[in-house]
Amino acid sequence: MDKDIIRVGCGAGFSDDRIDPAQEMAERGRCDYIAFECLAERTIARESLARSKDPTKGYTPYLAERFQAVLPACIRNGIRIVTNMGAANPIGAARAVQREARALGLAEVPVAVVLGDDVTEQIRAHPELELLESGEPVESLLPRMAAANAYLGADIVRDALATGAPVVMTGRVSDPSLFLACMLHGLGWSYNDYARLAVGTIAGHLMECAAQLTGGCFADPGRKEVADMARIGFPFADVSRTGELVLGKVEGSGGRLDEMTCKEQVLYEMHDPAHYITPDCILDVTDVSFEALGANRVRVSGARARARTPTYKVVVGYHDGWIGEGEVGYAGPNALARAQLAERIVRERLAMRGFAYPEIRADYIGMSSLHGMAAGRSQPYEVRLRIAARSPDRKAAQAVGFEVRTLHVNGPAGGGGGSNALREVLGVKSLLLPRELVRTEVAVESGR
Amino acid sequence: MSTKVYDLGHARAGDKGNTSNVSVIAYDERAWNILRAQLSVERVMAAYAHIAQGPITRYELPKLRALNFVIENALGGGVTISLAQDAHGKSLSYLMLDIELPG
Repeated sequence: MDKDIIRVGCGAGFSDDRIDPAQEMAERGRCDYIAFECLAERTIARESLARSKDPTKGYTPYLAERFQAVLPACIRNGIRIVTNMGAANPIGAARAVQREARALGLAEVPVAVVLGDDVTEQIRAHPELELLESGEPVESLLPRMAAANAYLGADIVRDALATGAPVVMTGRVSDPSLFLACMLHGLGWSYNDYARLAVGTIAGHLMECAAQLTGGCFADPGRKEVADMARIGFPFADVSRTGELVLGKVEGSGGRLDEMTCKEQVLYEMHDPAHYITPDCILDVTDVSFEALGANRVRVSGARARARTPTYKVVVGYHDGWIGEGEVGYAGPNALARAQLAERIVRERLAMRGFAYPEIRADYIGMSSLHGMAAGRSQPYEVRLRIAARSPDRKAAQAVGFEVRTLHVNGPAGGGGGSNALREVLGVKSLLLPRELVRTEVAVESGR
Repeated sequence: MSTKVYDLGHARAGDKGNTSNVSVIAYDERAWNILRAQLSVERVMAAYAHIAQGPITRYELPKLRALNFVIENALGGGVTISLAQDAHGKSLSYLMLDIELPG
């Protein structure tokens, strides 16, 4: 506490991220804190579904592996861990951390758990709240609601750090807030000092996707080269009490960190650059600049922030039926025409069986599955037909894959490599909830 | 002489709900002047029209020599319910880079 410069590292950028870069960060990164961001918009929907099937589950699936990899070095080096791996079940996640700690032979590891992001009850009590996507009241979703979570801010995570527990476990917290909280705590910043909140928030925004700042999602052979991508190092931030911010990555790791990678990441998931809303502030990156200080060292300056809004953003997850899909491939002469014939057959079969779908789509992988079928596309040598449909009826969704599968024997010539899948859908919509309706708290699981 | 956005800058795509944002960052000052003058909302809408309904908003960031396009109704309803293979629209940056400009 109360150092003049602290180092905050990033240990994960999404729930299925690589694990060894975090271990490298813990062992050789000389960090004071490592924040793991493992909870995308869709992830909490998935974990809510898992919890509804098994109440001890509902936290991030790789929790055990991540903590096995980093906990010994973090405890040894005095590095505090902050993470939203708790997802839909932060208490269950805290207990899982302690199981791993015991298995590793570590002394008891208290975990400070942030609670209060689950606002299901508040949403049920306020069916008049309007959805941001449509302006309609949330009421119509309530019978199908699976979860509702508010994006909490850095203040409650800072309070959790103040307990002294080596690990802070949260559910839904805004991604940049995980990082900002470390600075509020470690540098003694005020939660009303917006010049500082701007620095911590842009640092968090840049680091929250881990390798996307250090050469991931960037390489384009012959044009934008990135060295040693199998060993990309995750980023860290050196932040001073006065608000100087310099980014770096672990010495000797792969990847690259420079003005180009920073420019791509600062605009990632950004809408109005003067108005990036987090629970902590409204960030303005319009005048941000990046200055290379040497290999893989970048100074960030010029971020500004305005006063936080009086609401929390809430994501409501709701059951939205099933998605069924099937794929089959064709190659060589007339491959596209054979795939198109296959599509017509499947659509006719589904109609014959009496199934109708609110949405059904066909993709020609190798041609139109990512950027759509624009005019003038050249024909590929190989093409893979994919048909997917959404339905409230499980049987109707399942029939899609079934009818693609039967093409092996009943369809056009030379169809191979068929596959099919069925999955349950959780939709998400968002709304704004007045702050006074949210009760946040910290509970410490002692680990005894 | 026409030129592709690909030769002038680099790009990254992100998602929030059913909205995609695609940044375009100029390699240098000359490229920035061309992108700023020619990579209009209309040109971008024409390139994305077959997959997105729009509207599209364009933001300029002169200090970064970057443009940020916010493309609404572009992701098949949003990540969790989309039927698309690339539900996040991560590949959409390269649709932007494929746009031809008069140059």
